[in-house]
Amino acid sequence: MTAITDRQKLQYIAAKAADARVNIELETEGMILNMGPQHPATHGTLRIVAKLDGEQVVAAEPIAGYMHRGYEKLTEVRTYPQITALVNRIDWLGSFANEVPFILASEQLMGIEAPPRAQWIRTLLFEMSRVANLILFLGDMGVQLGAVTPAFYAFRDREFVLDQIEAVTGGRFHPNFDRIGGLKDDLPKGWLVETKNVMNKVRSFCDEIEGLFMNAEIFATRTRGIGVIPADVAMQYGLSGANARASGIDWDLRRDAPFGFVYPELDWKVWTHPDGDSFARFWVRLQEVRESTKMIDQICDGVPGGPIMAKVPRIIKVPAGEAYVATENPLGEMGFYVVSKGELTPFRVKIRSASFNNVSITPWLLRGVYVPDIITILASLYFILGDIDR
Amino acid sequence: MSDQSDAPEADPEDPAAAGSDQDAATTAEVPEPAAESVEPEGPRDEAREELLGRFVEALGDAVVDSHIVVDKDLWIRVSVDAWQEAGQVARNQLQARYFGFLSAIDWMPSPFGRSMDSEVDRLLDSAAAADGQADTDDEVSEASGFEHGFAGGETRFQVFARVASIGNQANNWGVTLKVDVPDDTLALSTWTKVYAGADWHEREAHEMFGIDFTGHPALRNMYLPTGFEGHPLRKDFPLLARHVKPWPGIVDVEQMPTSDADAAEEAGPEGVDA
Repeated sequence: MTAITDRQKLQYIAAKAADARVNIELETEGMILNMGPQHPATHGTLRIVAKLDGEQVVAAEPIAGYMHRGYEKLTEVRTYPQITALVNRIDWLGSFANEVPFILASEQLMGIEAPPRAQWIRTLLFEMSRVANLILFLGDMGVQLGAVTPAFYAFRDREFVLDQIEAVTGGRFHPNFDRIGGLKDDLPKGWLVETKNVMNKVRSFCDEIEGLFMNAEIFATRTRGIGVIPADVAMQYGLSGANARASGIDWDLRRDAPFGFVYPELDWKVWTHPDGDSFARFWVRLQEVRESTKMIDQICDGVPGGPIMAKVPRIIKVPAGEAYVATENPLGEMGFYVVSKGELTPFRVKIRSASFNNVSITPWLLRGVYVPDIITILASLYFILGDIDR
Repeated sequence: MSDQSDAPEADPEDPAAAGSDQDAATTAEVPEPAAESVEPEGPRDEAREELLGRFVEALGDAVVDSHIVVDKDLWIRVSVDAWQEAGQVARNQLQARYFGFLSAIDWMPSPFGRSMDSEVDRLLDSAAAADGQADTDDEVSEASGFEHGFAGGETRFQVFARVASIGNQANNWGVTLKVDVPDDTLALSTWTKVYAGADWHEREAHEMFGIDFTGHPALRNMYLPTGFEGHPLRKDFPLLARHVKPWPGIVDVEQMPTSDADAAEEAGPEGVDA
């Protein structure tokens, strides 16, 4: 180090003093920002309490519970066939997908299996729920960024999918269609052909969305590099589904634990993205919708004939035991831990819902981000309140 | 090494695999239509046995009990002192870096039955009481008398958690770890230092069952309002709505038979009046 001249010293002191003056002028007081519980960006009644320093979040705390319905308690006083009506309402955008893991867990305990046709149709409806659910995500992501057009496209095309689900199950939102040992009804006539038409529409919707988002500079700047979740943190918090795959974790229960489904017989691909940011989560879901439409096309071509119900006793008593079955739902890993004591009702059902884990990462993730990014990060994590609160 | 995700060949599992390892007493009264019984010693699950061996090797005596349902799942019960260590072993030594969930279970039989508040329910209960099973008036105090699930148990409350090793294509595996929560303290060491995601799950278990997780940063209520009294998922917490008003869904269950014998007859070809 060369000797510092007095002049330099004076300059340094003057600079410091200037800094100090600026700091005094701009000194900020911590501010608490309440988002929700009725904020349009929160998909329901999640409340975020963020402590801010200027534009930056110092600490954020999501507060759930405004929609808690106590399903775990209610399952203890319902018979097994009645429970599907409850679990339908967990993730209400992909209702059929909620029923399947519970039914599979019950079937595993009872040691019965659905006949092949039922398994194919189950897989078909499971993927339909995913499409119906994720279409809304793709549109909604635009709304969070100030673009309304994608949402209209989404609601338009989602209606076709819901119409198809309604044609089979009788319910747009809450099918309550899965049964222990099979399905309630067979497919209506001509349904498979129409479904393939709808899938074409969904694919063109994906192209439209891709055109709208991928070339948009605003979208890129607001999602690229924002809300990055490293793979190890994602695993610690139990992030699943597209959120995990967007962090580069090559894990999909449809491929890795396809019990009860026909995924191994289909030609499809698990998409992952190495970045782990908001953009990656959007991109993975976009690819997943496309992949699902491909799967649905293959199932429509390949669904075999045969019965749709296995032989099941009229009064369903599930043998004593415990089972945990998880499936790859639109939002991520959804599992049911069913404890039976051989009675008409389960002894305990633990519902492991995807959003609960996916949102539990937000205190970690929101630390240090800027206020507008809270919205894009939450939107890209994609949760359904019913799936958090149960 | 095949495992939980015993993947691409989705061949029909043998129908008796689930629950076949149960002791005969609990499964005996269940009408089983499809299952031809298999001796518990029949099929073996080498992948899970090996996995269990690795846990035993790492934890030693802390592994109290275990249970394997062939080709399905593995349960390991550890002693209460080794709960946090079990998490560390699973995560750091055995690479189960994925945290599935953590929850608790109250093994006390419900003193309220199914709370259906109907003639049928009372008939069912009286039939069960006549059989001498499921006496609904169990006292909380005789904690050791409860009938536990897989991997056994000694206390009224158990905490169970699921961790998994994922992202390795065909070699994924998962395990359910269980631990008895001491009846007197109802306290357990926290897992938040091992799996950060355990935070919310422990808060939920805390408010729903009243279990204390020592070392947890903030055991605030997750769902319930501050100052709520009681722990809703405990079996002795009544489902008040059921006691105020008969359940409307009772229409569905009205045709239920009053005993197992009736159930068997009704399932048969000739219908019998219930």
